[in-house]
Amino acid sequence: MADQPSNVAAVAGGIKKLLREEEDLQGGEDQTTKTTTEVVDESPFDPIERIKEGFNHFKINEYDKYPEYFEKLKEGQSPKFLVFACSDSRVSPSRILNFKPGEAFMARNIANMVPAFNQVRYSGVGAIIEYSVGVLEVETILVIGHSKCGGIKALLDLPDDGAVSNDFVDDWVKIGLPAKAKVKAEFGDKCLDEQQMHLEKEAVNLSLLNLLSYPYVQEGVARRNLKLMGGYYDFIQGTFELWGFKLEVMPPLTI
Amino acid sequence: MGGGHLRRCMMLCCSSRAGQVKDKMATDSYEEAIAGLKDLLSKKGELGDVAAAKIKNLTAELEATAASNFDPVERVKTGFAQFKTEKFEKNPDLYGELAKGQSPKFMVFACSDSRVCPSHILDFQPGEAFMVRNIANMVPPYDQTKKYSGVGAAIEYAVLHLKVENILVIGHSCCGGIKGLMSIPEDGTTASDFIENWVKICMAAKSKVKNEYKDLEFAEQCKNCEKEAVNVSLGNLLTYPFVRAGVMNRTLSLKGAHYDFVNGSLEIWNLDFGVTASQSA
Repeated sequence: MADQPSNVAAVAGGIKKLLREEEDLQGGEDQTTKTTTEVVDESPFDPIERIKEGFNHFKINEYDKYPEYFEKLKEGQSPKFLVFACSDSRVSPSRILNFKPGEAFMARNIANMVPAFNQVRYSGVGAIIEYSVGVLEVETILVIGHSKCGGIKALLDLPDDGAVSNDFVDDWVKIGLPAKAKVKAEFGDKCLDEQQMHLEKEAVNLSLLNLLSYPYVQEGVARRNLKLMGGYYDFIQGTFELWGFKLEVMPPLTI
Repeated sequence: MGGGHLRRCMMLCCSSRAGQVKDKMATDSYEEAIAGLKDLLSKKGELGDVAAAKIKNLTAELEATAASNFDPVERVKTGFAQFKTEKFEKNPDLYGELAKGQSPKFMVFACSDSRVCPSHILDFQPGEAFMVRNIANMVPPYDQTKKYSGVGAAIEYAVLHLKVENILVIGHSCCGGIKGLMSIPEDGTTASDFIENWVKICMAAKSKVKNEYKDLEFAEQCKNCEKEAVNVSLGNLLTYPFVRAGVMNRTLSLKGAHYDFVNGSLEIWNLDFGVTASQSA
Protein backbone atom coordinates (compact mmCIF):
# COMPACT_ATOMS: atom_id res chain seq x y z
CA MET A 1 0.00 0.00 0.00
CA ALA A 2 2.77 2.37 0.93
CA ASP A 3 3.92 3.35 -2.49
CA GLN A 4 0.88 2.60 -4.57
CA PRO A 5 0.24 5.92 -6.20
CA SER A 6 -3.37 6.88 -5.98
CA ASN A 7 -2.44 9.37 -8.65
CA VAL A 8 -3.20 6.45 -10.89
CA ALA A 9 -6.74 7.20 -9.79
CA ALA A 10 -6.25 10.88 -10.55
CA VAL A 11 -5.13 10.09 -14.07
CA ALA A 12 -8.27 8.03 -14.67
CA GLY A 13 -10.39 10.57 -12.80
CA GLY A 14 -13.04 11.09 -15.42
CA ILE A 15 -13.54 7.40 -15.91
CA LYS A 16 -13.76 6.81 -12.20
CA LYS A 17 -16.49 9.38 -11.72
CA LEU A 18 -18.47 7.67 -14.43
CA LEU A 19 -17.89 4.31 -12.78
CA ARG A 20 -19.08 5.62 -9.43
CA GLU A 21 -22.30 6.82 -10.96
CA GLU A 22 -22.72 3.45 -12.64
CA GLU A 23 -22.23 1.68 -9.34
CA ASP A 24 -24.75 3.91 -7.60
CA LEU A 25 -27.31 2.99 -10.25
CA GLN A 26 -26.58 -0.69 -9.81
CA GLY A 27 -26.87 -0.30 -6.07
CA GLY A 28 -24.42 -3.07 -5.31
CA GLU A 29 -20.77 -3.90 -4.90
CA ASP A 30 -20.37 -5.00 -8.48
CA GLN A 31 -16.79 -4.45 -9.48
CA THR A 32 -17.18 -5.02 -13.21
CA THR A 33 -17.75 -2.21 -15.61
CA LYS A 34 -20.11 -1.90 -18.50
CA THR A 35 -18.96 1.26 -20.12
CA THR A 36 -15.26 0.96 -20.82
CA THR A 37 -12.53 -1.60 -20.83
CA GLU A 38 -9.66 0.84 -20.52
CA VAL A 39 -9.82 1.13 -16.76
CA VAL A 40 -6.48 1.35 -15.00
CA ASP A 41 -7.92 0.81 -11.51
CA GLU A 42 -10.75 -1.74 -11.16
CA SER A 43 -12.91 -0.24 -8.42
CA PRO A 44 -14.36 3.28 -8.15
CA PHE A 45 -12.85 5.49 -5.49
CA ASP A 46 -14.43 4.95 -2.09
CA PRO A 47 -13.16 7.47 0.44
CA ILE A 48 -14.29 5.42 3.43
CA GLU A 49 -12.43 2.37 2.14
CA ARG A 50 -9.38 4.49 1.44
CA ILE A 51 -9.39 5.78 5.02
CA LYS A 52 -9.89 2.32 6.51
CA GLU A 53 -7.08 0.85 4.40
CA GLY A 54 -4.79 3.70 5.32
CA PHE A 55 -5.42 3.31 9.02
CA ASN A 56 -4.98 -0.46 8.87
CA HIS A 57 -1.69 -0.03 7.06
CA PHE A 58 -0.51 2.29 9.82
CA LYS A 59 -1.82 -0.02 12.55
CA ILE A 60 -0.08 -3.11 11.21
CA ASN A 61 3.16 -1.57 10.01
CA GLU A 62 3.77 1.00 12.71
CA TYR A 63 1.43 1.06 15.72
CA ASP A 64 1.44 -2.70 16.42
CA LYS A 65 5.01 -3.13 15.30
CA TYR A 66 6.55 -0.65 17.73
CA PRO A 67 4.46 -0.92 20.91
CA GLU A 68 7.05 0.62 23.25
CA TYR A 69 7.45 3.67 21.04
CA PHE A 70 3.71 4.26 20.90
CA GLU A 71 3.24 3.44 24.57
CA LYS A 72 5.46 6.39 25.45
CA LEU A 73 3.45 8.68 23.21
CA LYS A 74 0.23 7.77 25.02
CA GLU A 75 1.58 9.46 28.13
CA GLY A 76 2.35 12.71 26.39
CA GLN A 77 4.24 14.43 23.62
CA SER A 78 7.52 16.30 23.74
CA PRO A 79 8.24 17.26 20.16
CA LYS A 80 11.50 19.08 19.51
CA PHE A 81 10.12 20.91 16.48
CA LEU A 82 7.30 23.26 15.63
CA VAL A 83 6.94 23.12 11.86
CA PHE A 84 4.97 25.48 9.63
CA ALA A 85 4.29 23.98 6.23
CA CYS A 86 1.87 24.69 3.42
CA SER A 87 -1.44 22.80 3.24
CA ASP A 88 -0.34 21.60 -0.23
CA SER A 89 -0.84 17.83 -0.48
CA ARG A 90 2.68 17.36 -1.81
CA VAL A 91 4.70 18.84 1.02
CA SER A 92 3.83 17.00 4.22
CA PRO A 93 6.87 17.31 6.51
CA SER A 94 6.16 13.79 7.80
CA ARG A 95 6.99 12.64 4.29
CA ILE A 96 9.66 15.00 3.03
CA LEU A 97 11.61 15.24 6.27
CA ASN A 98 10.60 11.83 7.54
CA PHE A 99 9.29 13.10 10.87
CA LYS A 100 7.97 10.24 13.00
CA PRO A 101 4.97 10.49 15.37
CA GLY A 102 5.94 12.62 18.34
CA GLU A 103 8.74 14.54 16.66
CA ALA A 104 7.10 17.61 15.22
CA PHE A 105 4.15 19.77 16.26
CA MET A 106 2.64 20.95 13.01
CA ALA A 107 0.89 23.97 11.66
CA ARG A 108 -0.38 23.76 8.09
CA ASN A 109 -2.05 26.61 6.28
CA ILE A 110 -2.09 28.28 2.87
CA ALA A 111 1.46 29.29 1.94
CA ASN A 112 2.87 28.36 5.36
CA MET A 113 2.33 31.85 6.70
CA VAL A 114 3.02 33.16 10.19
CA PRO A 115 1.21 36.47 10.72
CA ALA A 116 2.38 38.87 13.41
CA PHE A 117 0.83 38.67 16.89
CA ASN A 118 -2.84 39.64 16.61
CA GLN A 119 -5.40 38.35 19.07
CA VAL A 120 -8.36 39.43 17.00
CA ARG A 121 -7.46 38.35 13.48
CA TYR A 122 -4.99 35.52 13.86
CA SER A 123 -5.97 33.52 16.92
CA GLY A 124 -5.44 30.21 15.13
CA VAL A 125 -1.73 30.68 14.55
CA GLY A 126 -1.38 32.40 17.92
CA ALA A 127 -2.83 29.38 19.71
CA ILE A 128 -0.43 27.05 17.91
CA ILE A 129 2.60 29.12 18.84
CA GLU A 130 1.42 29.75 22.40
CA TYR A 131 0.93 26.03 22.99
CA SER A 132 3.98 24.61 21.26
CA VAL A 133 6.48 27.25 22.36
CA GLY A 134 4.99 28.39 25.66
CA VAL A 135 3.66 25.06 26.97
CA LEU A 136 5.44 22.23 25.13
CA GLU A 137 8.66 24.27 24.85
CA VAL A 138 9.79 23.00 21.47
CA GLU A 139 13.47 23.66 20.74
CA THR A 140 13.29 24.64 17.08
CA ILE A 141 10.74 26.40 14.89
CA LEU A 142 11.05 25.54 11.21
CA VAL A 143 9.06 27.35 8.52
CA ILE A 144 9.11 25.51 5.18
CA GLY A 145 8.19 27.13 1.87
CA HIS A 146 7.95 25.21 -1.39
CA SER A 147 8.03 25.47 -5.16
CA LYS A 148 4.89 26.20 -7.22
CA CYS A 149 2.99 27.42 -4.18
CA GLY A 150 -0.56 28.41 -5.16
CA GLY A 151 -0.89 30.75 -2.20
CA ILE A 152 2.30 32.61 -3.06
CA LYS A 153 1.13 32.83 -6.67
CA ALA A 154 -2.10 34.41 -5.45
CA LEU A 155 -0.02 36.92 -3.47
CA LEU A 156 2.06 37.71 -6.54
CA ASP A 157 -1.09 38.09 -8.65
CA LEU A 158 -2.80 40.47 -6.21
CA PRO A 159 -3.51 43.60 -8.22
CA ASP A 160 -1.99 46.80 -6.90
CA ASP A 161 -5.34 48.53 -6.83
CA GLY A 162 -6.51 46.25 -4.04
CA ALA A 163 -9.20 44.50 -6.09
CA VAL A 164 -10.00 41.04 -4.76
CA SER A 165 -11.04 37.95 -6.70
CA ASN A 166 -10.57 35.25 -4.07
CA ASP A 167 -12.48 36.20 -0.99
CA PHE A 168 -10.49 34.44 1.71
CA VAL A 169 -7.29 33.43 -0.04
CA ASP A 170 -6.47 36.99 -1.05
CA ASP A 171 -7.19 38.29 2.42
CA TRP A 172 -4.96 35.66 4.01
CA VAL A 173 -1.97 35.95 1.68
CA LYS A 174 -1.87 39.70 2.21
CA ILE A 175 0.16 38.78 5.29
CA GLY A 176 3.02 38.40 2.81
CA LEU A 177 2.79 41.86 1.23
CA PRO A 178 6.04 43.13 2.77
CA ALA A 179 7.86 40.18 1.25
CA LYS A 180 6.24 40.90 -2.12
CA ALA A 181 7.41 44.51 -1.99
CA LYS A 182 10.95 43.34 -1.34
CA VAL A 183 10.90 40.85 -4.19
CA LYS A 184 9.40 43.37 -6.62
CA ALA A 185 12.11 45.85 -5.70
CA GLU A 186 14.96 43.39 -6.22
CA PHE A 187 13.62 41.13 -8.98
CA GLY A 188 10.79 43.09 -10.55
CA ASP A 189 12.38 42.78 -13.99
CA LYS A 190 12.57 38.97 -13.94
CA CYS A 191 9.93 36.63 -15.30
CA LEU A 192 6.99 35.82 -13.04
CA ASP A 193 8.12 32.25 -12.38
CA GLU A 194 11.41 33.48 -11.02
CA GLN A 195 9.73 36.21 -8.99
CA GLN A 196 7.46 33.56 -7.51
CA MET A 197 10.42 31.44 -6.44
CA HIS A 198 12.05 34.40 -4.71
CA LEU A 199 8.77 35.28 -3.06
CA GLU A 200 8.31 31.72 -1.80
CA LYS A 201 11.61 32.09 0.06
CA GLU A 202 11.20 35.72 1.11
CA ALA A 203 7.80 34.93 2.60
CA VAL A 204 9.49 32.34 4.81
CA ASN A 205 11.87 35.02 6.09
CA LEU A 206 8.96 37.33 6.75
CA SER A 207 7.23 34.56 8.71
CA LEU A 208 10.39 33.98 10.75
CA LEU A 209 10.49 37.67 11.55
CA ASN A 210 6.80 37.67 12.50
CA LEU A 211 7.49 34.79 14.89
CA LEU A 212 9.51 37.21 16.99
CA SER A 213 6.41 39.31 17.62
CA TYR A 214 5.16 36.56 19.96
CA PRO A 215 6.38 36.94 23.57
CA TYR A 216 6.78 33.17 24.03
CA VAL A 217 9.14 33.10 21.04
CA GLN A 218 11.10 36.11 22.27
CA GLU A 219 11.47 34.50 25.63
CA GLY A 220 12.42 31.17 24.14
CA VAL A 221 15.12 32.76 22.01
CA ALA A 222 16.47 34.84 24.89
CA ARG A 223 16.33 32.27 27.69
CA ARG A 224 16.58 28.78 26.27
CA ASN A 225 18.19 29.05 22.87
CA LEU A 226 15.02 28.49 20.84
CA LYS A 227 16.17 28.24 17.22
CA LEU A 228 14.40 29.67 14.20
CA MET A 229 15.03 28.08 10.82
CA GLY A 230 13.74 28.54 7.32
CA GLY A 231 13.46 25.84 4.69
CA TYR A 232 12.56 25.59 1.00
CA TYR A 233 11.45 22.36 -0.66
CA ASP A 234 11.75 22.35 -4.43
CA PHE A 235 9.80 19.32 -5.60
CA ILE A 236 10.78 19.84 -9.22
CA GLN A 237 14.52 19.66 -8.58
CA GLY A 238 14.17 17.40 -5.57
CA THR A 239 16.16 19.67 -3.28
CA PHE A 240 15.82 21.11 0.20
CA GLU A 241 17.47 24.33 1.38
CA LEU A 242 17.82 25.08 5.06
CA TRP A 243 18.93 28.27 6.74
CA GLY A 244 19.12 29.79 10.20
CA PHE A 245 17.63 33.04 11.39
CA LYS A 246 18.99 35.09 14.21
CA LEU A 247 18.05 38.39 15.72
CA GLU A 248 20.69 39.97 17.85
CA VAL A 249 20.00 42.81 20.21
CA MET A 250 23.01 44.99 20.87
CA PRO A 251 23.29 46.73 24.24
CA PRO A 252 21.99 50.29 23.97
CA LEU A 253 24.44 53.12 23.47
CA THR A 254 23.99 56.24 25.52
CA ILE A 255 24.08 59.15 23.16
CA MET B 1 15.41 47.24 23.62
CA GLY B 2 18.57 48.71 22.20
CA GLY B 3 19.44 48.75 18.50
CA GLY B 4 19.10 45.44 16.69
CA HIS B 5 20.21 43.85 13.49
CA LEU B 6 19.21 40.76 11.63
CA ARG B 7 21.78 38.21 10.77
CA ARG B 8 20.84 35.46 8.38
CA CYS B 9 23.23 32.62 7.86
CA MET B 10 22.84 30.57 4.67
CA MET B 11 23.40 27.00 5.71
CA LEU B 12 22.76 25.05 2.55
CA CYS B 13 22.78 21.71 4.30
CA CYS B 14 26.50 22.21 4.85
CA SER B 15 27.16 20.86 8.31
CA SER B 16 30.77 22.00 8.65
CA ARG B 17 29.81 25.63 8.22
CA ALA B 18 26.87 25.24 10.58
CA GLY B 19 29.26 23.78 13.13
CA GLN B 20 31.64 26.72 12.88
CA VAL B 21 28.88 29.29 13.35
CA LYS B 22 27.49 27.38 16.30
CA ASP B 23 30.88 27.05 18.04
CA LYS B 24 31.68 30.72 17.72
CA MET B 25 28.31 31.74 19.13
CA ALA B 26 28.81 29.37 22.05
CA THR B 27 32.31 30.61 22.93
CA ASP B 28 31.30 34.29 22.98
CA SER B 29 28.43 33.88 25.44
CA TYR B 30 30.39 31.44 27.64
CA GLU B 31 33.32 33.85 28.03
CA GLU B 32 31.00 36.71 28.85
CA ALA B 33 29.26 34.64 31.47
CA ILE B 34 32.53 33.56 33.11
CA ALA B 35 33.77 37.14 33.10
CA GLY B 36 30.58 38.29 34.76
CA LEU B 37 30.87 35.63 37.44
CA LYS B 38 34.52 36.43 38.19
CA ASP B 39 33.62 40.07 38.50
CA LEU B 40 30.88 39.32 41.00
CA LEU B 41 33.06 37.01 43.09
CA SER B 42 35.86 39.54 43.25
CA LYS B 43 33.42 41.96 44.81
CA LYS B 44 31.58 39.47 47.02
CA GLY B 45 34.13 36.90 48.18
CA GLU B 46 31.67 35.36 50.64
CA LEU B 47 29.78 33.86 47.70
CA GLY B 48 32.76 31.66 46.84
CA ASP B 49 31.50 28.43 48.46
CA VAL B 50 28.01 28.78 47.04
CA ALA B 51 29.43 29.47 43.61
CA ALA B 52 31.73 26.43 43.78
CA ALA B 53 28.83 24.12 44.62
CA LYS B 54 26.64 25.51 41.86
CA ILE B 55 29.43 25.29 39.30
CA LYS B 56 29.96 21.61 40.15
CA ASN B 57 26.24 20.96 39.62
CA LEU B 58 26.25 22.81 36.36
CA THR B 59 29.27 20.88 35.11
CA ALA B 60 27.55 17.60 35.87
CA GLU B 61 24.38 18.75 34.12
CA LEU B 62 26.25 19.82 31.03
CA GLU B 63 28.13 16.54 30.90
CA ALA B 64 24.78 14.78 30.80
CA THR B 65 23.35 16.96 28.06
CA ALA B 66 26.56 16.75 26.03
CA ALA B 67 26.02 13.01 25.89
CA SER B 68 22.58 13.44 24.31
CA ASN B 69 23.03 16.51 22.18
CA PHE B 70 20.28 16.96 19.62
CA ASP B 71 21.21 18.79 16.44
CA PRO B 72 18.11 19.98 14.58
CA VAL B 73 20.09 20.74 11.42
CA GLU B 74 21.38 17.18 11.26
CA ARG B 75 17.89 15.83 11.93
CA VAL B 76 16.43 17.83 9.01
CA LYS B 77 19.31 16.90 6.71
CA THR B 78 19.01 13.21 7.51
CA GLY B 79 15.24 13.27 7.17
CA PHE B 80 15.29 14.82 3.74
CA ALA B 81 18.10 12.54 2.55
CA GLN B 82 16.03 9.51 3.57
CA PHE B 83 13.00 10.82 1.72
CA LYS B 84 15.05 11.67 -1.34
CA THR B 85 16.69 8.25 -1.70
CA GLU B 86 13.86 6.02 -0.51
CA LYS B 87 10.90 7.79 -2.07
CA PHE B 88 11.60 10.70 -4.40
CA GLU B 89 14.21 9.02 -6.56
CA LYS B 90 12.44 5.68 -6.55
CA ASN B 91 9.11 7.01 -7.85
CA PRO B 92 10.00 9.41 -10.67
CA ASP B 93 6.63 8.96 -12.40
CA LEU B 94 4.64 9.92 -9.33
CA TYR B 95 6.84 12.85 -8.40
CA GLY B 96 7.04 13.94 -12.02
CA GLU B 97 3.23 14.16 -12.14
CA LEU B 98 3.06 15.91 -8.79
CA ALA B 99 5.57 18.51 -9.94
CA LYS B 100 3.04 19.59 -12.55
CA GLY B 101 0.12 19.93 -10.19
CA GLN B 102 -1.92 18.42 -7.39
CA SER B 103 -5.41 16.97 -7.43
CA PRO B 104 -6.01 15.63 -3.95
CA LYS B 105 -9.32 13.91 -3.29
CA PHE B 106 -9.28 14.86 0.38
CA MET B 107 -9.09 17.98 2.43
CA VAL B 108 -8.19 16.98 5.99
CA PHE B 109 -8.41 18.95 9.21
CA ALA B 110 -6.21 17.37 11.88
CA CYS B 111 -4.80 18.56 15.18
CA SER B 112 -1.29 20.04 15.29
CA ASP B 113 -0.44 17.35 17.87
CA SER B 114 2.82 15.67 16.87
CA ARG B 115 1.27 12.22 17.30
CA VAL B 116 -1.62 12.43 14.86
CA CYS B 117 -0.26 13.36 11.45
CA PRO B 118 -2.62 11.96 8.80
CA SER B 119 0.37 11.09 6.63
CA HIS B 120 1.13 8.45 9.24
CA ILE B 121 -2.18 7.40 10.73
CA LEU B 122 -4.04 7.28 7.43
CA ASP B 123 -0.96 6.57 5.31
CA PHE B 124 -1.68 9.50 2.97
CA GLN B 125 0.89 9.68 0.20
CA PRO B 126 2.09 12.91 -1.44
CA GLY B 127 -0.71 14.30 -3.55
CA GLU B 128 -3.59 12.65 -1.72
CA ALA B 129 -4.64 15.06 0.99
CA PHE B 130 -4.70 18.84 1.31
CA MET B 131 -4.08 19.46 4.99
CA VAL B 132 -4.94 22.00 7.61
CA ARG B 133 -3.43 21.49 11.05
CA ASN B 134 -4.36 23.64 14.00
CA ILE B 135 -5.09 23.32 17.71
CA ALA B 136 -7.83 20.72 18.23
CA ASN B 137 -8.58 20.41 14.51
CA MET B 138 -11.22 23.13 14.63
CA VAL B 139 -13.20 24.65 11.81
CA PRO B 140 -14.54 28.07 12.80
CA PRO B 141 -17.76 29.30 11.20
CA TYR B 142 -17.80 31.44 8.07
CA ASP B 143 -17.04 34.99 9.11
CA GLN B 144 -17.26 37.92 6.73
CA THR B 145 -15.13 40.08 8.97
CA LYS B 146 -12.26 37.72 8.13
CA LYS B 147 -11.65 36.85 11.73
CA TYR B 148 -10.66 33.36 10.64
CA SER B 149 -9.32 34.01 7.18
CA GLY B 150 -6.66 31.32 7.60
CA VAL B 151 -9.16 28.48 7.67
CA GLY B 152 -11.44 30.24 5.18
CA ALA B 153 -8.58 30.54 2.72
CA ALA B 154 -7.74 26.85 2.99
CA ILE B 155 -11.35 25.76 2.48
CA GLU B 156 -11.85 28.20 -0.39
CA TYR B 157 -8.71 26.98 -2.14
CA ALA B 158 -9.45 23.30 -1.60
CA VAL B 159 -13.11 23.42 -2.63
CA LEU B 160 -13.12 26.03 -5.41
CA HIS B 161 -9.65 25.63 -6.91
CA LEU B 162 -8.57 22.07 -6.20
CA LYS B 163 -12.13 20.74 -6.20
CA VAL B 164 -11.54 18.16 -3.48
CA GLU B 165 -14.32 15.60 -3.15
CA ASN B 166 -14.13 14.91 0.56
CA ILE B 167 -13.53 17.01 3.65
CA LEU B 168 -12.49 14.97 6.68
CA VAL B 169 -12.19 16.38 10.20
CA ILE B 170 -10.24 14.10 12.54
CA GLY B 171 -10.24 14.49 16.30
CA HIS B 172 -8.05 12.44 18.62
CA SER B 173 -7.62 11.10 22.12
CA CYS B 174 -5.93 13.10 24.89
CA CYS B 175 -6.32 16.32 22.92
CA GLY B 176 -4.79 19.19 24.89
CA GLY B 177 -6.95 21.74 23.11
CA ILE B 178 -10.19 19.95 23.99
CA LYS B 179 -9.01 19.49 27.56
CA GLY B 180 -8.36 23.22 27.64
CA LEU B 181 -11.88 23.88 26.37
CA MET B 182 -13.38 21.61 29.02
CA SER B 183 -11.26 23.31 31.69
CA ILE B 184 -12.40 26.86 31.01
CA PRO B 185 -14.10 27.92 34.27
CA GLU B 186 -17.86 28.54 34.42
CA ASP B 187 -17.39 32.28 34.68
CA GLY B 188 -15.51 32.24 31.39
CA THR B 189 -12.26 33.78 32.64
CA THR B 190 -9.30 32.84 30.49
CA ALA B 191 -5.66 32.62 31.40
CA SER B 192 -4.12 32.33 27.94
CA ASP B 193 -3.58 34.86 25.17
CA PHE B 194 -4.90 32.75 22.34
CA ILE B 195 -5.55 29.11 23.22
CA GLU B 196 -8.78 29.41 25.15
CA ASN B 197 -10.28 31.96 22.76
CA TRP B 198 -9.47 29.66 19.88
CA VAL B 199 -10.93 26.48 21.39
CA LYS B 200 -14.11 28.33 22.33
CA ILE B 201 -15.02 27.82 18.66
CA CYS B 202 -16.39 24.45 19.82
CA MET B 203 -18.05 25.71 23.00
CA ALA B 204 -21.31 24.13 21.81
CA ALA B 205 -19.66 20.71 22.09
CA LYS B 206 -18.66 21.42 25.68
CA SER B 207 -22.19 22.48 26.61
CA LYS B 208 -23.64 19.35 25.07
CA VAL B 209 -21.18 17.09 26.87
CA LYS B 210 -21.64 18.82 30.22
CA ASN B 211 -25.40 18.36 29.87
CA GLU B 212 -25.59 14.83 28.51
CA TYR B 213 -22.62 13.24 30.25
CA LYS B 214 -22.55 15.12 33.54
CA ASP B 215 -22.12 11.88 35.49
CA LEU B 216 -18.99 10.79 33.66
CA GLU B 217 -15.44 11.34 34.87
CA PHE B 218 -13.66 14.39 33.45
CA ALA B 219 -11.44 12.27 31.19
CA GLU B 220 -14.47 10.49 29.71
CA GLN B 221 -16.23 13.82 29.25
CA CYS B 222 -13.17 15.05 27.36
CA LYS B 223 -13.23 12.02 25.10
CA ASN B 224 -16.87 12.66 24.25
CA CYS B 225 -16.09 16.32 23.69
CA GLU B 226 -13.32 15.35 21.24
CA LYS B 227 -15.96 13.66 19.08
CA GLU B 228 -18.69 16.28 19.59
CA ALA B 229 -16.25 19.02 18.63
CA VAL B 230 -15.69 17.24 15.30
CA ASN B 231 -19.43 17.43 14.72
CA VAL B 232 -19.47 21.14 15.59
CA SER B 233 -16.67 21.68 13.06
CA LEU B 234 -18.56 19.70 10.41
CA GLY B 235 -21.59 21.90 11.06
CA ASN B 236 -19.40 24.99 10.79
CA LEU B 237 -18.14 23.77 7.42
CA LEU B 238 -21.69 24.06 6.12
CA THR B 239 -21.73 27.76 6.92
CA TYR B 240 -19.31 28.32 4.04
CA PRO B 241 -21.47 28.94 0.96
CA PHE B 242 -19.15 27.07 -1.37
CA VAL B 243 -19.13 24.05 0.94
CA ARG B 244 -22.90 24.05 1.23
CA ALA B 245 -23.22 24.27 -2.55
CA GLY B 246 -20.82 21.35 -3.01
CA VAL B 247 -22.67 19.19 -0.49
CA MET B 248 -26.05 19.99 -2.06
CA ASN B 249 -24.69 19.17 -5.53
CA ARG B 250 -23.19 15.96 -4.23
CA THR B 251 -19.73 16.97 -5.44
CA LEU B 252 -18.51 17.25 -1.87
CA SER B 253 -18.92 14.93 1.10
CA LEU B 254 -18.17 15.69 4.76
CA LYS B 255 -16.83 13.11 7.18
CA GLY B 256 -15.77 13.04 10.80
CA ALA B 257 -13.32 10.71 12.51
CA HIS B 258 -11.69 10.12 15.88
CA TYR B 259 -8.26 8.54 16.29
CA ASP B 260 -7.75 6.89 19.66
CA PHE B 261 -4.04 6.32 20.12
CA VAL B 262 -4.52 4.81 23.55
CA ASN B 263 -6.51 1.89 22.17
CA GLY B 264 -5.14 2.02 18.65
CA SER B 265 -8.49 2.47 16.94
CA LEU B 266 -10.18 4.77 14.46
CA GLU B 267 -13.86 5.67 14.21
CA ILE B 268 -15.25 7.29 11.10
CA TRP B 269 -18.67 8.67 10.28
CA ASN B 270 -20.47 10.62 7.54
CA LEU B 271 -22.33 13.86 7.87
CA ASP B 272 -25.54 13.46 5.95
CA PHE B 273 -27.05 16.67 4.81
CA GLY B 274 -29.67 17.06 2.18
CA VAL B 275 -32.86 18.75 1.20
CA THR B 276 -35.88 16.74 0.20
CA ALA B 277 -38.05 17.71 -2.74
CA SER B 278 -40.43 20.44 -1.75
CA GLN B 279 -44.13 19.85 -1.67
CA SER B 280 -46.92 22.29 -2.09
CA ALA B 281 -48.99 22.90 0.99
